Amino acid sequence: PFVPQTHSLQDLRQQAAVAAKVFIQRDYTNGTLCQFQTKFPSELETRIDKQQFEETVRTLNNLYAEAEKLGSQSYIEGCLACLTAYTIFLCMETHYEKVLKKIAKYIQEQNDKVYAPRGLLLTDPIERGLRVIEITIFEDRSLTQ
Amino acid sequence: MKNCEYQQIDPRALSVSPLSAQSHTEKKDQRPRRKWEVFPGKNRFFCDGRLILARQSGVLPLTLGLIVVTCGLFFAFDCPFLVKHLTVFIPVIGAALFVFVVISLLRTSFTDPGILPRATPDEAADIERQIDTSGSSTYRPPPRTKEILINQQVVKLKYCFTCKMFRPPRTSHCSLCDNCVERFDHHCPWVGNCVGKRNYRFFYSFIISLSFLTSFIFGCVIAHITLRSQAGKSLVQAIQESPASVVELVICFFSIWSILGLSGFHTYLVASNLTTNEDIKGSWSGKRGSEESGNPYSYNNIITNCCVTLCGPVPPSLIDRRGFVPPDEVIPAASSASEMELPHFSAKNDVNMCTQSTKDVLERMVNSGSQTLCSPGTPKTTPLVQELPGTAAPSPEPPPSAGCPGLLDSRCPFFSRSSEKDSLHSINPAFRLASPSPSLTRTAVTLNGAADVGFMPLHPGSARDEAP
Repeated sequence: PFVPQTHSLQDLRQQAAVAAKVFIQRDYTNGTLCQFQTKFPSELETRIDKQQFEETVRTLNNLYAEAEKLGSQSYIEGCLACLTAYTIFLCMETHYEKVLKKIAKYIQEQNDKVYAPRGLLLTDPIERGLRVIEITIFEDRSLTQ
Repeated sequence: MKNCEYQQIDPRALSVSPLSAQSHTEKKDQRPRRKWEVFPGKNRFFCDGRLILARQSGVLPLTLGLIVVTCGLFFAFDCPFLVKHLTVFIPVIGAALFVFVVISLLRTSFTDPGILPRATPDEAADIERQIDTSGSSTYRPPPRTKEILINQQVVKLKYCFTCKMFRPPRTSHCSLCDNCVERFDHHCPWVGNCVGKRNYRFFYSFIISLSFLTSFIFGCVIAHITLRSQAGKSLVQAIQESPASVVELVICFFSIWSILGLSGFHTYLVASNLTTNEDIKGSWSGKRGSEESGNPYSYNNIITNCCVTLCGPVPPSLIDRRGFVPPDEVIPAASSASEMELPHFSAKNDVNMCTQSTKDVLERMVNSGSQTLCSPGTPKTTPLVQELPGTAAPSPEPPPSAGCPGLLDSRCPFFSRSSEKDSLHSINPAFRLASPSPSLTRTAVTLNGAADVGFMPLHPGSARDEAP
C-alpha cells in the first residue's frame, strides 16, 4: 500500500518538516543500568518494521550494558584512578566514554542506512541526559504531494 | 500547497523552559554561548564551565581553611621537634595525607555530582500526554507517581515538577541546587556541593583520608607534648613552649569524633549499597518480612557493593557544560535548521532572511529601533551570512547601515509570500521551539500589520499572554 519515498539524511534535514516525535523511555526492571524499552511505539508502525526497530534498541542496550559492565577492567581503571588522585583522566579516556563514542557512531550509521530513508531520525540519548531515545518523524512528502 | 500549512502547536508543548527563555532574552553578548551559561539550576561555574559548584558554597572555605591552618601549624611547629626526636617520615606522611585530602575535597566540590538535565519541552509534553490520557475529563492534577518493578520489588518513581520528568530510581531533587541528582546521597555544606553518583567516591576518599590525617596529627601532637614534658619539664611548661600544638589538639579532637563517625557511617552505606537519603527515609528497612533483603540495588555481597560504589564505571557529565547552545535550542531539527543555511542559499536575499530563526529577526528589528532604517539590498546579506553554521550563535548586532532588515518593508518576502515553502519549513522548527518567552510576546506586540499575519497564529500562547 504505502511506499515511502527514499530520502537521504541531508535531503531530510533540508526539506522535511517535523510531524511528530516519539520518546522511548528507560527500562528500569534491572535496576539503574541504562536500558531502553523495546516496546514498539504505535506511531512508527507505518514507517518501519518492528524487527528493525527492536534490533536497534537491543543493540543500544547491549552497548550501554558494556559501558557499565563491572569487570576487572573497570575495577583496575577505578583503582588506578584513585592512586593517581584521578589525574590520569586528564590524558586517558574512561571506558565509558569510549563506548559512548561507539554508540554515537552506531546511531549515525543507523540513521544513514535505516532511519533516514524512511523519514525518521534517531537522537543520541546522551544529548537527552540518557533519559530517552528521541525519534523524530518527518512528514513524508510523497503523502502530501 | 499543503506542505506550507503550519501545524497547530500543542499549547501544552509550549511550557516555558528556563533554558530557552534565558538564552533568547539575553542578546547582549554576541559570541556563541556555552550551555553552562544558560544552565537552569542554582550552580556556579568556573574555568569556562569546567568546574561546577553549588550556588551556596556553604562552609567550603571554612573546611579548606581549617585543614590548611591545622596542617600549616603542624608542619611549622611540631615537625621540627619530631623530626629531630623521632623520624623524618613524619612530615612526609603528613604531606602525602594533606595533599590527598585537599585533592579529594576539591574533586568532590568541583565535580558534577550526576545532575540530570531537565526535560526538553517536547519530552515534557509527551509525558503530560501519557499521564493525562489515563486521567479524568475534568482537570485534576494526578498523583504523578509511577510504579515499576526492580528486581521483583515495587519501586515508586516520582514526577519532578521542576525538571518535568519522572525521576529515575535513586534520583532525588536537591532543593538547594535546584537539580535532580542521580544516586543522590546528600547535599554537603562542608563541601559546598551535592554528593551523588559521580562524586561519591571522591567524597568517601575525602572523609577517609581526613580521618587518617586528623588521627595522625592528633597522635603526633600528643607524642610531641609527651616527649617535651618527659625531658625533665612539666606538662605546663611543655605546652607553653609550643602553644600551637594546643590549637591543633583542640581542632583535631573535635574533628575526630565527627569525621570518624561519618566515615564509619559511610563505610556501612557503601557496604550495603545504600545512600544517605535512602537510609534516612528508611526506604528499604523494616518494611518487609524475612524473605526480601529490602534493597533491590544491593548485590548482597559486601565486596561487590564496595567495588561497585567506589570503583565502578562512571558516566561523563550529562549536562554538557561546555557545549554550545544551538541557535534554535534543544531538538535535532534545530541543528538541521542551521544546516539548511547552506551556501547555495546564500545567493538569495530573501531566503537568507527566512532561514534566520524568527527570534533573531524580531530582536534585531526591535534593537534597530526605527523602521526608516530599512534599507533592503545587499548590505543586509552580510550580517546574515556571518551567522551561517560556523557558529551556533544568536545573530550578532547588524551594522547600523543595514538597520532594520526590511522586515516591515513590503519587499520582504517572508511576510508577504508564503510560497517559499522551504523557508517556511526551515522556520517551522524554530516556531515550534520559540516558546512564548516574554521577549517574544513583547516583540510580537510591537509589530503591527504584516507581522501579525506572520506570527500571531503561530503563537497561541502569546495571545493568552497579551490579554490584560
